[in-house]
Amino acid sequence: MNSTSSASAITQVYSVYIKATPEAIWDAITKPEWTEQYGYGGKADYDLHPGGAYRGLTSAAMRQAGAPEIGVDGAVLDADPPRRLVQTFRMVMDEAMAAEGFTRLTYEISEGRGGVTKLTVIHEFENAPTLAVLMSGGMADQGAGGGWSWILSSLKTLLETGSPIDSDPTNMG
Amino acid sequence: MAADDDVFKALADPTRRGLLDQLFARDGRSLRELESELAMTRFGVMKHVRVLEEAGLVVRRRSGRRTLHFLNPVPIRLIHDRWIDKYTERQASALANLKHDLEETG
Repeated sequence: MNSTSSASAITQVYSVYIKATPEAIWDAITKPEWTEQYGYGGKADYDLHPGGAYRGLTSAAMRQAGAPEIGVDGAVLDADPPRRLVQTFRMVMDEAMAAEGFTRLTYEISEGRGGVTKLTVIHEFENAPTLAVLMSGGMADQGAGGGWSWILSSLKTLLETGSPIDSDPTNMG
Repeated sequence: MAADDDVFKALADPTRRGLLDQLFARDGRSLRELESELAMTRFGVMKHVRVLEEAGLVVRRRSGRRTLHFLNPVPIRLIHDRWIDKYTERQASALANLKHDLEETG
């Protein structure tokens, strides 16, 4: 693309305040029993060490609709529980997005006052304009979900109100 | 809820909605870039940006030597999910009931 726009133009930043501990939020991002309860509803599979593999599995509903077993792949770049997780992220479910290659995703978790924790997601979409549209919610009308704002809204609801599925109370924080 | 109040107040101003539209068109702008599209003093723009930041609609991040402003749509999404879905859901379920009733009798 012959564009003079800076890297900032293809970075998206999302933040949300959640009444939960940093540990609860960390678990909700990295543990499959949590990731299957919000957002796209697939299980996450993390090896939480620099260089460790990441796989975002598709949900049963997505597989029923013809999706492959793995939706997203990538590698962990930095894992500092429960404060910071940096990883690469490539959508492999769709050929065009798979061809765009790996993007960089950072989760920052910072504890605030009154039991409220701030979660910030920074997603850098260099050379991945299609994935950027998907994650901004721009493909929601095609049934592709509402992207990060939708994921984070459902994560907040899950952690603040409890899940419809009975989960391990020791993880609730 | 206090957080929702801040969002509604922040949105109840055309200049601030204009700033969000600027960031929607191209995200990650410096204060100078935001100013350049408005006939307003730097101080006036800063005040509006501050209100948007306090409502969580704009997030500031350093990028090298510059401070950039990003649109954060999550608070709007939260209002949508909590309030708007609540009312549209009733319409949807009314339609579903109607369809059910029609199929029962049909």
